[in-house]
Amino acid sequence: MTQVKELTKADFVSEGDVKWCPGCGDYAILSSVQAVLPTLGIPKENFCFISGIGCSSRFPYYMNTYGFHTIHGRAPTVASGVKMANPDLSVWVVTGDGDGLSIGGNHTIHMIRRNMDLKVLLFNNRIYGLTKGQYSPTSEKGKVTKTSLYGSIDNPLNPVAFAIASGATFAARTNAANPKHMQEVLKAAADHKGTAFVEIFQNCNIFNDGAYAKYLDKDTKSEENLFLEKAKPMLFSNDTKGIIMSLDGANPRLAVEEVNPSDNTVSVNGNKFLVHDPDNEDHALAYLVSQLGMTIEGMPTAMGVLRAVRKPTYDEVLYEQEAQAKAERGPGSLKKLIYSSDTWTVSEESLAAGV
Amino acid sequence: MVTQEKPKEILSSVTIRFCGDSGDGMQLTGTQFTNTSALFGNDISTYPNFPSEIRAPQGTLAGVSGFQIHFSSNNIYTAGDSLDVLVAMNPAAFKTNIADLKQNGILIINEDAFNGGNLKKAGFKEDEDVFAKYADKYRIYKVPVTKLTLAALDGLDMMAKAKERCKNMFALGLTYWIYSRSLDSTIEWLDSKFGKKPDILEANVRALKAGYNYGNTVEIFQSTYEVPKAKIEPGVYRNITGNQAISLGFVAASELSGRPLFLGSYPITPATDILQELSKYKNFGAKTFQAEDEIAGIGSAVGAAFAGQLAITTTSGPGIALKSEFMNLAVITELPLVIADIQRGGPSTGLPTKTEQTDLLQVLYGRNGESPIPVVAAASPSDCFFAAIEACRIALEHMTPVVLLSDTQIAIGSEPWKLPEMETLKPIKVEFSTDAETFAPYKRDEKLARQWAVPGTPGCEHTIGGLEKENITGKVNLSPDVHDEMVKIRAEKVRLVADTLPPSEVFGSQSGDLLFLGWGSTYGVIRTATEELLAAGYKVGQVHLRHINPLPNDLAEIMSKFKYVVLPELNSGQLLMIIRSKFLVDAKGINQINTKPFAVADLVSRAKEFLGDK
Repeated sequence: MTQVKELTKADFVSEGDVKWCPGCGDYAILSSVQAVLPTLGIPKENFCFISGIGCSSRFPYYMNTYGFHTIHGRAPTVASGVKMANPDLSVWVVTGDGDGLSIGGNHTIHMIRRNMDLKVLLFNNRIYGLTKGQYSPTSEKGKVTKTSLYGSIDNPLNPVAFAIASGATFAARTNAANPKHMQEVLKAAADHKGTAFVEIFQNCNIFNDGAYAKYLDKDTKSEENLFLEKAKPMLFSNDTKGIIMSLDGANPRLAVEEVNPSDNTVSVNGNKFLVHDPDNEDHALAYLVSQLGMTIEGMPTAMGVLRAVRKPTYDEVLYEQEAQAKAERGPGSLKKLIYSSDTWTVSEESLAAGV
Repeated sequence: MVTQEKPKEILSSVTIRFCGDSGDGMQLTGTQFTNTSALFGNDISTYPNFPSEIRAPQGTLAGVSGFQIHFSSNNIYTAGDSLDVLVAMNPAAFKTNIADLKQNGILIINEDAFNGGNLKKAGFKEDEDVFAKYADKYRIYKVPVTKLTLAALDGLDMMAKAKERCKNMFALGLTYWIYSRSLDSTIEWLDSKFGKKPDILEANVRALKAGYNYGNTVEIFQSTYEVPKAKIEPGVYRNITGNQAISLGFVAASELSGRPLFLGSYPITPATDILQELSKYKNFGAKTFQAEDEIAGIGSAVGAAFAGQLAITTTSGPGIALKSEFMNLAVITELPLVIADIQRGGPSTGLPTKTEQTDLLQVLYGRNGESPIPVVAAASPSDCFFAAIEACRIALEHMTPVVLLSDTQIAIGSEPWKLPEMETLKPIKVEFSTDAETFAPYKRDEKLARQWAVPGTPGCEHTIGGLEKENITGKVNLSPDVHDEMVKIRAEKVRLVADTLPPSEVFGSQSGDLLFLGWGSTYGVIRTATEELLAAGYKVGQVHLRHINPLPNDLAEIMSKFKYVVLPELNSGQLLMIIRSKFLVDAKGINQINTKPFAVADLVSRAKEFLGDK
């Protein structure tokens, strides 16, 4: 048996020049992915990066792995084919808010609901960059762009909520400007068996600069980020505030409460702060939490792994069924197959005999 | 069984059409008659014809479903131009099919269905005697099929409606008697289908026998007929439809190439059968993926090709439109992929269950940029097996997407297939690149096929994609000279496929007055027309193209040996346009787009317009 070579970040850097705009958030994502891959214990030749079209989708060219730069919106379909063909591969889909949620929205839904074992990195810059600045499906309502001079009329999509509603077994959100957090999330995604959907806030410094400034600005970041940790209460603002669940009539609603400074437990005024439970089978709470700061405004945005539930993957069951068919019916014989059904033999004698 | 006492006439060839409401079980009746005739030893050819609605309103013209069988003691290649026997289960079926019945042909109708309401639904007057004007033209047999079926099932504990549903078996039994067929194989089939439902089994068998005995006892039929066995080549045969044969061809190609089969597809008439059929072969390692749409179907196949499988997608014309962008990705990434297009009537949703050859220009040219793809066409139901293997061979050995064309007529039509000896199927050569030292993604062999290294191979990591790239290294490069070179390489690679083809076969005269040049499902009709013209003393030849792109190298020379080159096509002249422009020959078209296959008689008379009378 050959010794598996110890991999380093440099092994994943391709020799060509990286051609994103200087200052683009994509550089940090590339660097983080290259840093995480060697830690996974997977041979280099088993990685496969598959992308669609857009700035994000140039990603495979910059990775020294197997890669496929496909067509607009369709990366999930190609990646699904690769994974079904060879389940030993670690297959990563690299997409963006336009590629994955607009032209390819349908494929994204179906990849997720099947729980195909793919890692999905959705670079969300809330703009069309490669075509130079039109609004995207995640652009905020009222956004003025080259194709929305009076402000965008579209309601924006929330990628993580979209994924959870589609049945995602893993959904996470991170920020390209926070490499440490991003690498933790990428590692968790890589370790998840099933579709691992990761939304990455990524700044387009040319066409949508500052889209995520509030998450980084030192005056606002503690109010705007809710960093989720498994089994920990959902606290933010340097642990001075937390998220509680209340009922608005029959509607469950999330709200913010201040932490009682004298109380270092998780209970305030009889309400318990929500404790993050990404393993919960039921996705209702994860769906609500995914909307904090997005659809539910005036609240911090949940960052980290919102949901991570182990369920059978499509490719696992596909191969189980194949094994079952082989066990029940034996390996296929082409001759038997062709000569099956009702056959009849025409011989020289039968011809001579006439009717 | 009661022995037959009535006189028996020997016939060489008979064409029957069973037609009725789409809920009347006519497809099943036709299939049973077909299997029985095939097992008996006739040569057969069938043509099912049904509406695209699953259940159009009962009794209406839109809901008529038909199944035509041509069976013979000679070798036959078509489902027959016109009918010797028409079995019509209701007025709507009678109205829409009667024009195809030959003079003095046999018309059998279910008298019980010709009541006021049904007549009205078919557009007749409620009290109209619809047969009056045909009395001298046809031999009309009015049989109370419903009443007799119910009487035969008397005593069975079933709803009247369920009993009535057995009337197709009565009609089948009656035709079995007329053509001296055995009931055995149908009874066996019923037994296998309804073995667990003894009441339904009993009802169907009783109805079948009742129909047979009715023919024997009732005085209205003067004689029975016998169509002797055909003198066909010795061998083992089975009856097969084109869609079944394509499916088996793909499984065979997988074995012959050693590459596991992957089918990414989305249901669409008339291609769905292939997805359904291949879903049965998990024990062969065949994977079928019912994708969310046509695009995802081909996308998953492109992914599987990248990962080293025999990748296939199946569809019909509207699906090709959706798959075009991915077909182009396969062209520029030079991945092996078979795209099977089972053509149907268009444009748009068009005529989902009807036949046409109207996708040829679409598959050849319907993509952006210069995008050459080899195109292979199947000529008959059983030929689909060999066409499928050939498409896979070209894809894998030349590293290219390939389009395989079939159409509704041969996809759902059937014929006896002389099963091939397994040793005669040639292996398909596939070699993966595994040597990191010598591998380059766009390095090519003498056929210009690029190297194929699949993910998981150490040291051969590379990225491919839809951007223009340079030869050998495959690095993205959009410079003018590189593009010019790559456009030419991609074209030359497809052209080189022609150098691997055997010489074209010319049936009939090798030179002379008229060459029929055809492709696809018109094979049988053109062949029969050629035989008739040869018998009449004309010097007529037939070339039927398996490969439409690239065209055979010897085609120009063959065409030059005939005074007229005539292309019968079920379109407005698509191959004709290519032949005329490519070879500058004054080829002529015979064209028809009325949802029906050509009639042999029409082809013969159209050909005679060129040939003159003899």
